[in-house]
Amino acid sequence: MCPPEGSARTGKEVNHARIERAAHQTGWMRELIAIWGYAQRNYYLTKRYFMWEVVWLVYSTMNALTIGFIGVGLGGSPENTARTTTFLLIGTMVWSYLSMIFDLLSETVSWERWEGTIEYTFMSPASRTTQLVGMGIYAIVYGMARVIVMLVAISFFFDLSLASANYLGAAGILAICSISLVGFGMVAAVMPLLSPEKGQQVTSIVTAVLLLISGIYYSVDVLPGWMQPLASISPVYYALNGIRNTLLEGASFDSQWNNIWPLLIMGLIFPPLGLWLFQRGEHFAKRTGRLKRAG
Amino acid sequence: MTLEQIQGARHALELRNIEKKFKKGRKGFANALNSVSLTLGRGEVVGILGPNGSGKSTLIRVVSTLTLPDAGVVEVFGIDAVKRPKEVQRYMNRVSVEASFFKKLSSMENLIFGAKLYGVSDRESKPRIREILEGIGFDYQRVGEPMEHLSRGMQQKIALARALLTSPMLMLLDEPTTGLDPRSKKDVQTLIQRIRADHESSILLCTHDMAEAEELCDRIGILLSGKLIAIDTAEGLKRQFGTGDHVPTLEQVFMLATGTSLEDAEFAGDDDSSVEDEVRAA
Repeated sequence: MCPPEGSARTGKEVNHARIERAAHQTGWMRELIAIWGYAQRNYYLTKRYFMWEVVWLVYSTMNALTIGFIGVGLGGSPENTARTTTFLLIGTMVWSYLSMIFDLLSETVSWERWEGTIEYTFMSPASRTTQLVGMGIYAIVYGMARVIVMLVAISFFFDLSLASANYLGAAGILAICSISLVGFGMVAAVMPLLSPEKGQQVTSIVTAVLLLISGIYYSVDVLPGWMQPLASISPVYYALNGIRNTLLEGASFDSQWNNIWPLLIMGLIFPPLGLWLFQRGEHFAKRTGRLKRAG
Repeated sequence: MTLEQIQGARHALELRNIEKKFKKGRKGFANALNSVSLTLGRGEVVGILGPNGSGKSTLIRVVSTLTLPDAGVVEVFGIDAVKRPKEVQRYMNRVSVEASFFKKLSSMENLIFGAKLYGVSDRESKPRIREILEGIGFDYQRVGEPMEHLSRGMQQKIALARALLTSPMLMLLDEPTTGLDPRSKKDVQTLIQRIRADHESSILLCTHDMAEAEELCDRIGILLSGKLIAIDTAEGLKRQFGTGDHVPTLEQVFMLATGTSLEDAEFAGDDDSSVEDEVRAA
C-alpha cells in the first residue's frame, strides 16, 4: 500500500524488489512454501472449528468403545474376548485413520467450493500437486494425532491382546498404506471437478464401499463369494491384514510381504494416477466453466 | 519472467479474437465472448462496462487462467497465458465481486495463506501485512478476528491488500464495488486509485457502474452479449457518439452504443453466470 510517513520505499519499489526476488526464486522453493501454506491453513481451520473437532473426536471415540464392547459382549474365555476385542478395535482405529486421510484428500475441491475460494486457489501459481501434497501431509499428521488420543482413551476400558505385538511392523505397514490412501483420495478428489453438484456424493459412496469390502470389523471370508474379490482392490484390506498379523500374532514386517507388495504397487500407482486425473479434471472444468464462480 | 522482461513488454495484456461458448441446455450454446480483442498498456486502467451477463466475468476468468478460451490468444506481458499459465500467474492477481476468504479464519491467517500460494514466506509477508493493513486504515488490533466479523467493504479492502501482498503487475478487478454501501464503495475506489498511483500495476476493471468507470479508467470498453462494441477514453466515446454540440453522458453513450439502457440490458442480458450455473448443475 502507500508507504507510511518516513518509509524509505515506495509501493513501486517494493513491487519491483518482490518481482526480482520471485524471478530468482527456484520453483521447488516456491512450491515448498505453498505446501507449508496448505498444511498451515488446514491447521488454522482445525483451530477455528475446534469445538466441532472435539465433538467428532468424542463421537469417534464413543463409536470405538461401542464396537469394543460388542467384542466383550460376545463372551468366551478371557483370552478369546481380549483377542476379539483387539481384532475389532484394530479395525476401528485403522479405519478411523485411513478414512480420515481419504476424506480430507477427496474433499480438497469441495472445501474450496464451500468456502468460495476455489477460483482464488486455482489461479495461483502453486501447482495442483503442491495442493494435494499439502493436504496429504496435513491429513496424515492430523489423522495420527486423532488416533493417538483415541487409543489413550480406549486403553482405559479394555484388556487387549497385545502381549506379543510388533508395533514397529504395524507402523511400517500403516505408513505404506497412508501413501496409497493419499493417492486413492487424489483419484476421488477429481469427482467434484467433473460434477460440482454430485461429485462429492460419489466420494462418499467410495468410502462406504471401502468400509464394506475391506474387512474392517470382520474377515472378508464372511462376504458373499462374488464380493470377496473386491477386497483385493482396497488398500485398507491389505493394511488391516498386515497390521492385525503384526499386532495380534507378533508377525515380523518381512513376513507380511504378501500384504506389503500390493500396498507398494498401489502407492506407486495411485498418487501419480490421482495427480494426472486431477490435472485432466482441472482442464475439463476450465474448458466447460465448472469451477465455481465465487472467488 | 524478470522485471526487465515485464518492463520491456509492449502491453501488460493483449487479447486477440477471444471466443468462448458455454453449453446451454441439451443442445444449445451461449456465446459468452465473441471475437473480443483489446490491449492494456503498462500502468493503464481499462474498464469494461456491461450489464449482467454481458461476458465481463468470463473475460476476467479467461485472463486469469480460470477459463480456457475456445479460440484466440491471451498474452500477459508478451507470454501466452493459455499455453504457459504458470509463468503469468505469479504476476497477476484478481479481486472479484465476492471477497473469497475462509470466513472463519482471521484476516492475518487468510493473508499469510494467500501470500504463500505465491511463494511469499512468513518472514517477507508478515511485516508487509502490517504495513499494508495500516495503509488501508484497518485497525490492526482486529487482525486476529474472523473475516466474517468484518464488514463487506472491509473484506473487499482486505482482498485488495491480499493482492498487493503478491506485488501483481496486472490486477483483474471484477466488480469489486458491487453491493457495497456508498461509503465503502468510495473507500474501495479511492484504494484502487492509490494502488494505481503507487504500484505501477496495470488494471483491468469490470463494472456496470458508469461513474466508477469514468472516474477510475483511462479507457472504457463496452461489452454487450460477449462483443466488445466500443473502446476508447470516456471523452473519446462521448465524441464518437455525440451529435453536433451535444456531449452525451457516459450513460447516454451506453444507450446509443447498445440501443438500450443499462437497466434494460440487465433484464434482457443472457447472463453468462446463469449459463455457467446451468453447466455446473448438469
